[in-house]
Parts: sequence; structure tokens; C-alpha cells
Amino acid sequence: MTDTRPKSFQEIILRLQNYWAEQGCAILQPYDMEVGAGTFHPATTLRALGTKAWAAAYVQPSRRPTDGRYGENPNRLQHYYQYQVLIKPSPPNLQDLYLGSLRAIGIDMDLHDIRFVEDDWESPTLGAWGLGWEVWCDGMEVSQFTYFQQVGGHDCTPVSGELTYGLERLAMYVLGVDHVMDMPFNDPMSPIALSYGDIFKQTEEEYARWNFDIANTDVLLRHFEEAEVECAAILSHDHIDPKTGKRIIMAHPAYDQCIKASHMFNLLDARGVISVTERQAYIGRVRTLAKQCADAFVLTSAGGHTPESEWL
Amino acid sequence: MPDLLIELFSEEIPARMQGKAAADLKKLVTDGLVDAGLTYAGAAAFATPRRLTLAVDGVLAASPDTREERKGPKVGAPVKAIEGFLRGAGLTMDQLEERETPKGAVYFATIEKKGRPAADITGVVLEGTIRNFPWPKSMRWGTGTLKWVRPLHSILCILSDEAGAAVVPLEVDGIKSGDTTQGHRFMAPGKITVTGFEDYAAKLKKAYVVLDAQERADHIWEDAKQAAFAQGLEIVDDQGLLREVAGLVEWPVVLMGDIAEDFIELPPEVLQTSMREHQKFFSVRNPKTGRIEKFVTVANRETSDHGATILAGNQKVLFARLADAKFFWENDLRTVKSVGLAGMGKPLENVTFHRELGSQADRIARIEKLAGEVAPLVGAKPDLAKEAARVAKADLSSEMVYEFPELQGVMGRYYALRADLPESVANACEMHYSPLGPSDDVPTEPVSVAVAFADKLDTLTGFWAIDEKPTGSKDPYALRRAALGVIRIILSNDLRLRLDRFIDSQLLKHEIAQNADAADAAELAALESTLDEIADHGVFGAAFRAVLDKLDGDAPAIGDGTLLGRIEAKMPDVSVDLLGFFHDRLKVHLKEEGIRHDVIDACLNMPGNDDLTLLVKRAEALAAFLKTDDGENLLQGFKRANNILSQAEAKDGVEYSFGADVKFAEDDTEKALFAALDDAQSAIAPAMQGEDFAAAMTAMASLRAPIDAFFEAVQINTDNQIVRRNRLNLLARIRDICHGVADLTRIEG
Repeated sequence: MTDTRPKSFQEIILRLQNYWAEQGCAILQPYDMEVGAGTFHPATTLRALGTKAWAAAYVQPSRRPTDGRYGENPNRLQHYYQYQVLIKPSPPNLQDLYLGSLRAIGIDMDLHDIRFVEDDWESPTLGAWGLGWEVWCDGMEVSQFTYFQQVGGHDCTPVSGELTYGLERLAMYVLGVDHVMDMPFNDPMSPIALSYGDIFKQTEEEYARWNFDIANTDVLLRHFEEAEVECAAILSHDHIDPKTGKRIIMAHPAYDQCIKASHMFNLLDARGVISVTERQAYIGRVRTLAKQCADAFVLTSAGGHTPESEWL
Repeated sequence: MPDLLIELFSEEIPARMQGKAAADLKKLVTDGLVDAGLTYAGAAAFATPRRLTLAVDGVLAASPDTREERKGPKVGAPVKAIEGFLRGAGLTMDQLEERETPKGAVYFATIEKKGRPAADITGVVLEGTIRNFPWPKSMRWGTGTLKWVRPLHSILCILSDEAGAAVVPLEVDGIKSGDTTQGHRFMAPGKITVTGFEDYAAKLKKAYVVLDAQERADHIWEDAKQAAFAQGLEIVDDQGLLREVAGLVEWPVVLMGDIAEDFIELPPEVLQTSMREHQKFFSVRNPKTGRIEKFVTVANRETSDHGATILAGNQKVLFARLADAKFFWENDLRTVKSVGLAGMGKPLENVTFHRELGSQADRIARIEKLAGEVAPLVGAKPDLAKEAARVAKADLSSEMVYEFPELQGVMGRYYALRADLPESVANACEMHYSPLGPSDDVPTEPVSVAVAFADKLDTLTGFWAIDEKPTGSKDPYALRRAALGVIRIILSNDLRLRLDRFIDSQLLKHEIAQNADAADAAELAALESTLDEIADHGVFGAAFRAVLDKLDGDAPAIGDGTLLGRIEAKMPDVSVDLLGFFHDRLKVHLKEEGIRHDVIDACLNMPGNDDLTLLVKRAEALAAFLKTDDGENLLQGFKRANNILSQAEAKDGVEYSFGADVKFAEDDTEKALFAALDDAQSAIAPAMQGEDFAAAMTAMASLRAPIDAFFEAVQINTDNQIVRRNRLNLLARIRDICHGVADLTRIEG
């Protein structure tokens, strides 16, 4: 921990990584697929299920096509970063651990007003919900704090504690920057200083145009349907792999298809081709996939399955 | 006698749940104590974001000893009976006593129970309370199975008297009770040991925790008022927000900040909504200009810089929020300027109102037509009413309402004024949603009345047409509220209109819209013509038959299974059902105004019951009439006449309704009744004509004395059949006259 204020976006990320590493979390890398939020990473969605203890932290690039503003809005991006921590079972001092992470990134608790304001979290696409708060620092939401109660329709026992930091917003506040594109990405004193805008302004424009106007909706729809079919197909295979003779339930490959379907839905939504009534139906279809994947995961060894439990 | 102190210390409890949770804690624990025989002198419960606290004064040190005597079987009764008795009493044979009774020797058992110490009872009661606490939403955490609103960290439970304090031992899901608590999370971390409630409250205050929510709210309100007053400003009253904010802090510190000049020109509702919803800020108004110029935020701590950092941060967040709001406002104004308010609503063509009821644009077109039709009856110009209906929902497409749905209508009004629409049209944008609840204002401006009425009636008829009616507690489309809205609009504005006509024509419009694709040209034409005829005929059935008559041989098929046949069969039932729904809502409404349901039933059974203003006038007059002695006695006289008549009619198999003649009258009271009925009839008829129900009922009341005298003196069922028939026919006149005013058979008592 350091008392000095961080100088850049990346320093805030590095400090969070160090802090949570010191607390004993496995520092994972981002999941290599397009997701809407850090929760979609299987390290959260799937690992919150079952009885095995777990502690992981990671940065997750996240995409919300409808939030694109061509890089012009000071706070909204279609591609942004979340910092995600998941600890199972939730430790009794999780609030204190969390406050420690704010200190680590230079927020002085003696000068700021930190509040835990009721915010119940629900993900209709993941069939998941939990209770917790949004954490306010001087009236600004800097994190989501959730005790998972259900994921994929399964009760979480034990319960995981999940922390999600919206990195850009948090960093802008800590660094005192008003427009995300002006935020220093690396140390502004570096030989080659780069701002957030240097890295992402152009991509925000490109993706905003593609997301809103260009993406081929027929192709997206086909991808959605293919992912849906593939997910079910993967899970329909016999648990015993005929080639190796091992018990291999393909929960993760199936879940990849669920993630893909979810992202296709988000893109279709941004293209404005999904009506209000259809929305619910699409969300329900993704939820069905998420549930099937959760059902499969709890039958795997990472999901707490043991040969003995089969007979219980 | 000892005092009990309980504190359940947890992670942050949602503000909205704290008040009820404190009350529940008090009720559950004190009820439990009393049930176990522990009475107490007084109890008070408190809540902060992190704790629920209960202080119970003057608890009995132990529950009293009890002694119960039970009579058992006779001496010498079968062994099984005696064994059963022993089992029930929990005694052995040698503990029973034999006593002589008049019926012989009988076993008696004396069951003595020692009282239990308060600590034992309290431990059990508190554990049960914690395990079964009625949180609206609760959760598990870690590896535990206990459910609490958020993780529960410690249980303080002590009984204290002159000798000192003792922890009541209990353990719930691994949490052991103790005598410690914690102060403010940041300003006074660390454990605090307490010995009783006064000690607890004083130590908490030193540790920057104000225990009492009301004290926190008062403190916030006073400080906020002072801060505003010092600058010649005032706080916009918001008790709901005050309660919520008092539940977000343990140590409230009021800070007042500026709203940047750029935003002061935004409508005050926008500033207020944005600040309240997103930031939980109070609005600070300049009483001279009515503008919102500053805000008050409530922090949960003091700082060495006197809140400067906190205020700066809050101001920054607000700036970003209001920059968004301003961006929406300016975009919306630009839209209104370039395409007008109706143009702003164009995208509503693509927004589904309901799968079976079409788009928002379809809905608006129906409301527009209906508003035009009803306008003359409410004193509005049809063109203005139609214009208002056309634009009243346009703001649903605005960026501001997309962001803040609660500003629907309010924004419409601003945008209408900016579009230079007439003021009555602008007002209708806002007021046509009213009344939203039983105490909400009812629109009175004719244009607003027309649109508000049309909007609600279109919604009701639409959902009735597709059979999506409220059931039990389920009313997803708020149809009860819509019906009450129509009722209140009609009654408050004294509107005279026949609901049937509007229900039928609007239902038919929905039928036409839903069957437009399936119907052929002739069928559609017949239905459209029917629509035109409803205004003349009042109801669908008559209009439909008139159209068929006119078409004669060219009419489309109307047999079973045809489109027209189906609509003809369905319409009257749906229409009657919807009017019945209005009547049910009206009963609820009038009941709240103090009018009995049987009085309403007596009036509902009269013709013209779809004219709600008339219906209510009649009910009010009848209710007032029945409260008088004359009214009550006349009712008894009427019932007597009606009973005798009904029995005679049942027995004789005829209806006595006509032909009473004074020449067959034998008794003076009989003659007098003839005269009184003539008088009453000649007074009642014009009064009813003029809808002067009070006068009609006064005239009816004049019948009381002659009817009483008549029954006193005369035997109806005499042997002389002519006289008997004449008297029954005379009773029939009483029934007819009273029936012309209200159906008194419905009145109870």
C-alpha cells in the first residue's frame, strides 16, 4: 500500500492487482471473449457455483454496444474495463477488505464520505441474483458489492462475495479527470505519454458506427441461433468421453456459446431490431442456456462433484 | 427489576427497511417475553444503517411460578385412562391425590411449574426472533445458513440491574451474544463495552452514532433549513427523501453546495428529479424566483477540511448528471423546434403499447378521436381536445423522459409551451395522466378533462376487449386506478354523460382494429356504420340492428361463427361487465365517502345507472333520507307493504299492479292513504323530472304517517275479495311510487 496518489489509469489497475494479490486472490487474466460485464467471466459465473472455495481477481474488458457515444460523452463507452473480485465463501471482513482496496488506490478515508447504499443485483440473462450495495464515494458510485444468492437458477452454497469496480469512472475520480478521453493511461511523465483517448477514441468511433448502423443483423441473428443450438448440442453428449474413457462434461465450451449468444443479443439490441416484447423472449433464451451450463458445471469436479456425491 | 438491551449489529441495512425492522424487533421480542410470563414496563426500538436496537425497561427478573390443578378419572377407572392422565400431567401415580366428590372418589393432579429466570426466556425469545425475522428480502453469507438482511456480525444482549449487567447467553449460527458494540465505521472504529441502555446511547453518541432516526432526521432538517435561511433560500420539502437520508447515515453532516450557473435554467422539476433520484440531494429554492439554485447533501462524517473534499466530489458528480440532463433538454428542444411536438412523438409508431392493442401511435389515434367526441360534453372545443390528445404523449419519445420516466407529462407541458401550442393543450400534456391515486388532483380544465377521460376509457375498453382484466391482487395495467380516475373525473366535474355509449363505441373500435385484417369490406362497413349509429342509439345492440335493418338483404352474414356473429354475441357481455367494474369501483369510492353499499345497490338498480353523476346524486339523497326518522319509518312501511304484496302475489299467482280504486275503500285511513298517494305522486313526478331527489324523497316521506295509520287500522287479507284485491292494488301503488325513486328492497335492516 502506498500513500501517494496514483498518476495514471494503469497504475490504479496495477495497485488493485497488487492489493488483491496480497489478500490472497489468484490474479487471473481477462476472459478471451466479448462479454457485457466481468460477471460473465466463467471465473465468476461458474465458479460461484458448487462447494469449492475460490478467490480470484481480474480485469475484464466489457462491451455494451448500446452505450457507445463515438467517444464524445465524458462518461460513456461501448468498451470499458471492469475490475472483478470473487471470493467464496464470502469472508466476514469483506467490507474491510474492500475499503482497504480504496485506500490502496489513494482514497483517503479521513477526507471522503464512503457509503453503502442498497442495490440488489439481478442478471436476468444469467438467472442470477444477489443482495448488496452500490458503494458511494462522495455521492459517486464507485463499485458494486454483492453477496450472490443464486446463479443459473442454483442456490449458492456457500455464498460468494463479488466486488465490481467500474475502472474508468473510479480512475477519473481518483485522478481528477472530467473526460474519460483525457485520462492519462500511462504515467504522464513517460517518454511516450498516452491518454485514454490516444488508445480508445478512434476505436469508440469505429465500433459505435458498426454497432449502431453497419453490423449485419441477419448474420448476428444467425450467430445467435447457432450458438443456442451448439450450446445444447455440446451438453447433450454422454458424460463419458468414448475416446479417453474419462468422464468429461463440457460445461465451459457450452458456456462459451452462452456468452456468444448474449453478446449477439446485445449487438442486435444496439442495432435497434429487437422490439420491447421480443427483448424478454431473447433474454429468456440466453437464461435457458446459462441455466443448462450451470446444471452441467455442478456435475463437474470444479463444480464440487465427487464420485461419491453421484450416489447421494 | 432488570432492564434488557438488545442490539443486532450488521452490515448496512437498506434505509427503506429500517423503520419497520425496528418495530418488528420490538413486537416480536416483547410479545415473546409476555407469552413466557415476563411482563415489562416499557420498550423502545431504534435503527441506524448498521444496527437494530431494542431497550426494554422493568422486565420481571423471572417468570412467576405457576400451579395448575387438573381433575382426572374416577378412582378405579381403567388403567389405560389413568395412565393417559398421568402422561398428560407429567406426574407419577404417587403424586396424585384422591378426593371425594358428589360423584365418588376422583384423582386430582397438581402441576407446579417453577418460574424461569429472565435470561433463559430472553435467550430463547431472541434466538427465535433472529431466526424468523420478517425482512422483506433476506440473504445468506459465507458458509452459514442464517438469513438476515445483510451479514449479521454481533449480538449484544444484556440484562442490567443495580447489581450490574450480565450478558444473556445465546448463540445463533456461530454468533455468540456479548456486551460490546461498535461506533461509527470511520470516525470511531473499535469495540465499545456497554452496561445498559443509557450507557449505550451515550457511548454511541461519543462514538459518532445518533441512535434515533427521528433525531437524525430532525438534525438534518434543522441544519439544512438554517444553512438555506442564512442565504435567503429555502429547502424544498421532501419528507420521503428526509426519511431515506436519515437511514443512510449514523452521523449526519449537512453540506450545502452550488448548482453551476449553466444548469439553473433547466426546469425545476428536472433539477429536483435528477438530484433526488440519483444523488439523494435536497433542492434549495430561491423563494423570490422559484428557481432551484443550490443543493443540500448529507454526509456520514465530519472531516478535517469541514467537508470541502466531500462537497467538491458531490458537486462534480452533480455536474456530470446535470450535464446529461441539459444535453437531453437541449436535444429535446431542438427536436420540438424542428418537427414540433407531434413530430417528437413520431417514433411512437414503432413502440408497442400492447401486443394485441397495437402501437402507442394507434392508441393515441383512438384517444384523439374519443377526446373529440367527448369534448362537447365536458365544455371543451373538439379541435383543441383532439390537438391535445395528439401531442399529450409525445414526450414519451423525448430523451428526458427516457432518462427520467417520472417526468412524463411534466416535460410534455414544457415542450408544448416551447412549441407555442395553446396553454390548455400544454396543461393537458401534464394533467391528462391525473388522477393517479385516490388523493391525487383531478383535472378541471375542459381540454385536460376530455383527454384524461379518453385516455383512461380507451385503456379500459382495450383491455376488456382482449379479456385482460384485473384478477385478485393482480392488476398489471393499473385498470382499477384507471376506472377510479374516470369516476373521479366525472364526479368532480359534475359531468353528465352516459358511459354506456362511450364504452360501447370504444369497445367496438377495438374490435374493428383487431379484426381489420380478417374482416371483408362489407363486414367492416357494417361495423363502421354501427359505430356511427351508437351516438344516436346509445348502445351497440340497437345501433347494430338498425344498421342491419338498413342493409336489409345486403347485410353480411351474421350467423354463428361469422365475424359479425361473434362480435354481436360478445359486445353486450363485455360492455355490461365493464360497466359493472365501474360500479364496483364506484362502490369502493363511495364507501370511503361514507355511503353504505346497500344504499348504492338501491340506486344501481335504477335506470340510467351509467350516468354516474346522477347515480351519486340519488345515492347521496337516499343516504341522507335514510338517516332521518321519516326515512327509516317509511322504509319499514314500504317493506311491510312489499312483503304482504309479495306473499299475496306468490299465493295468488298474479301481479297486483293496477286498479286500486278509492270507491272500494272502507276505512278512513284507507281513504287518507289514497289521497296521500295522489299528493305524493304529483309531487314526486316533477321532482324526478328535475332530478331533485331530495324533494322526491321528502314527498315520499309524507307517506309515512298515512301508511302507518293504514296498517294500524286495516286488515289487508279480509274475506271480502273485492276489498282485499283493492287493498293489494293500493299496496302496489306504494311499491311503484317508491320504486320510481330507488329500489328500497335492496336496503338492509
